[in-house]
Amino acid sequence: MAASLVSSQPEEISAAQYVGFDSITRQIEHKLLKRGFQFNVMVVGQTGLGKSTLINTLFASHLIDSKGRTEVDTQPKQTTEIHALSHVIVENGVRLKLNIIDTPGYGDNVNNEGCWDPIVKYIKDQHSAYLRKELTAMRDRFIPDTRIHCCLFFINPTGHTLKPIDIVVLKKLAEVVNVVPVIAKSDSLTLEERAIFKQRVMAELQFNQIRLYPFDADELDEEELQLNERIRDMLPFAIVGSEKSVIIDGKPVRARKNRWGVINVEDENHCEFIYLRNFLTRTHLQDLIETTAQIHYESFRSKQLLALKESSAKNQQSAATASA
Amino acid sequence: MSEGYYDNAPHSPSANGNGNGSLSYNGDGRSSAVTSPNGGNDTLISSRAISPSAYPVKSEPGVGINGSATAPAQQQPARKKLASWVGFSNLPNQVHRRSVRRGFQFVAMVVGESGLGKSTLINTLFETKLYQPKNIPAPGEDRGKTVQIESISAEIEENGVRLKLTVVDTPGFGDFVNNDESWKPIVDNIEARFDAYLEQENRVNRLKLVDNRVHACIYFIQPTGHSLKPIDIEFMRRLHTKVNLIPVIAKADTMTDDEISLFKQRILADIAHHGIRIFQPPQYENEDEETIQENEEIISKVPFAVVGSDSLVSSPDGRQVRGRAYPWGVIEVDNEDHCDFVKLRQMLVRTHMEELREHTNDVLYENYRTDKLKAMGVAQDESVFKETNPAAKQAEERAMHEAKLAKMEAEMKMVFQQKVQEKEAKLKQSEEELYLRHREMKDALEKQRQELEDKKRRIESGRPLTPEKGSQKKRFGLGK
Repeated sequence: MAASLVSSQPEEISAAQYVGFDSITRQIEHKLLKRGFQFNVMVVGQTGLGKSTLINTLFASHLIDSKGRTEVDTQPKQTTEIHALSHVIVENGVRLKLNIIDTPGYGDNVNNEGCWDPIVKYIKDQHSAYLRKELTAMRDRFIPDTRIHCCLFFINPTGHTLKPIDIVVLKKLAEVVNVVPVIAKSDSLTLEERAIFKQRVMAELQFNQIRLYPFDADELDEEELQLNERIRDMLPFAIVGSEKSVIIDGKPVRARKNRWGVINVEDENHCEFIYLRNFLTRTHLQDLIETTAQIHYESFRSKQLLALKESSAKNQQSAATASA
Repeated sequence: MSEGYYDNAPHSPSANGNGNGSLSYNGDGRSSAVTSPNGGNDTLISSRAISPSAYPVKSEPGVGINGSATAPAQQQPARKKLASWVGFSNLPNQVHRRSVRRGFQFVAMVVGESGLGKSTLINTLFETKLYQPKNIPAPGEDRGKTVQIESISAEIEENGVRLKLTVVDTPGFGDFVNNDESWKPIVDNIEARFDAYLEQENRVNRLKLVDNRVHACIYFIQPTGHSLKPIDIEFMRRLHTKVNLIPVIAKADTMTDDEISLFKQRILADIAHHGIRIFQPPQYENEDEETIQENEEIISKVPFAVVGSDSLVSSPDGRQVRGRAYPWGVIEVDNEDHCDFVKLRQMLVRTHMEELREHTNDVLYENYRTDKLKAMGVAQDESVFKETNPAAKQAEERAMHEAKLAKMEAEMKMVFQQKVQEKEAKLKQSEEELYLRHREMKDALEKQRQELEDKKRRIESGRPLTPEKGSQKKRFGLGK
């Protein structure tokens, strides 16, 4: 995490005897374990694409309920109802505070103009809340981090290409948050169709200059760069989610059972769920949090502070001209 | 049986083909004694018999439904007994030959968001590559702002029967950010086709009627697994009175069995809740068991969960089937266990294509026509519908006739009077004239006489010659 100096690097010397400062890693770990980690993920996509199911599958627990409309007289949800659900998951003594933000009603109406505004506003609100807490004179020792670290964008598996509304929303979202696109319900595409669809989607995203996570930075070493390359080749992830278990070869696995076959969610040949899970939780979890803080938050912060400075300068000017 | 008379009228307006033809004469018909509705003395025996094929059996001469004495007050046509085989039971075959000669026309419309497999399904249904692979717009290419209407036609033939199939596609439906009014071009197109047919009907020469009206509209529902989306409900509400709606669940290989059945339930609940009328295969009383059962099966599967595929894949047991091959299995399109495609094809092509056409013609088109003509101000002549009772009508007519005659008589009398008066007046006038002339003449004569008297005295007194003699003599002649 320390920024490496571009100019003269101090010489590396090894001590004559074992000092013992390498235990700092364990000290940090101990501290962090006590504090726990915070991870905020947002899911964006049309109703019925399997967002809630995927979250439940990712974290292997029933965290959120599907928000589909099941009764005839309930109204379809509006996008203004963005709520965050909090859960704490424990694994090997590591506490993960998980915030899941669902966006019901996105893209469901007949007229979807502006349905992305509440979402972008929510993301910016989290940044601004953090900024305000940071800027107060007497601030807490540890500011609770509600900024969105990752946004999973669900693409409809049409097999053709991205819809106009998807392109607009992706553009807006990529500016404020780390966006990871996934192809929902990919069990409706055969492997050839999947490959063609992915190509088209990536071409569309590149044409519209939408920056997708993972970003490359200077300090990454060879291995990490290669890993990022591999991830980028696989984007968008073609996934299938399932909370139900099916017995395959004597072991219960999460799968979907049809009359003509069983789709094993954890099988790499069937879908790319494993890659997504590893990407999100095993390799890039820390990086996601860091990127949010260092890139998205910083740009928001600088914009806000510059605007503040300008407005205060203007106020001073007008006050001066008024008094003069 | 409770019915007094065996009903001759068709059960529904669209049952003309089947309704009349399904009466048949069978040797072992059931019979029962019923009283005539008149409550009169006649007891009538009516036998009701239906043959298994619902068609009249040709080789049954001499058996018929016993005639019933029609009371003059009833309006049923007289039932006559056949003495020997006439042969009009061959009528359906003649209709069949004529229809085959003419060929059939069918127009289907497919509506749904892009990427739901509409073109593939059409190709699968009619086993022909009607739709070429779609041209996907490149990134940044303009995709248009409104729903387009495109139609493709093909003439296909099977066993000598020609079908002119037209498929109307609606690319762009539901694809924009703002989908308000996206049904408007579709509704306009359907109504334009109705208008074109209406205009054809009003032409002077109506021999060649081309039927381009939309007979069926297949609506593709996205397999969300929850329920209908607002755009689905909005679209169906606007179109169910203008076209036969057949909703299908697209790409049904995404869902498991439970999900499909739950989804279907919710869709039907939504449709009922909003009062949307989708196409229901009509049930007739005279159908045979097999057909009734087929119909019930079809109805139970609505909306159909379909999968389309126009390419062949190898199934796990080595056969070449139409289907989709996944790493976890192969789904066969033609397998009834896997999806409802077979049922959809059955309903659309094999059993109910004619029903769809008839319903469009008899109900949907007629409603549209009535509304349109009313809107144009054409008044309905209600007197056409009054019930006609012959005796009453005759009396009425007679009364009317007599009234007319009386009126004519009065008129003539008046005219006569008038003429008489005129003549009288004229005669009087001429009488007076004559009288006047008579008096004048008399006066003139008197004057002449006086003059003559004078002359006479003069002559007796002196005898002067006057040139008036000649003329006097003449006058005397004239005066007398």
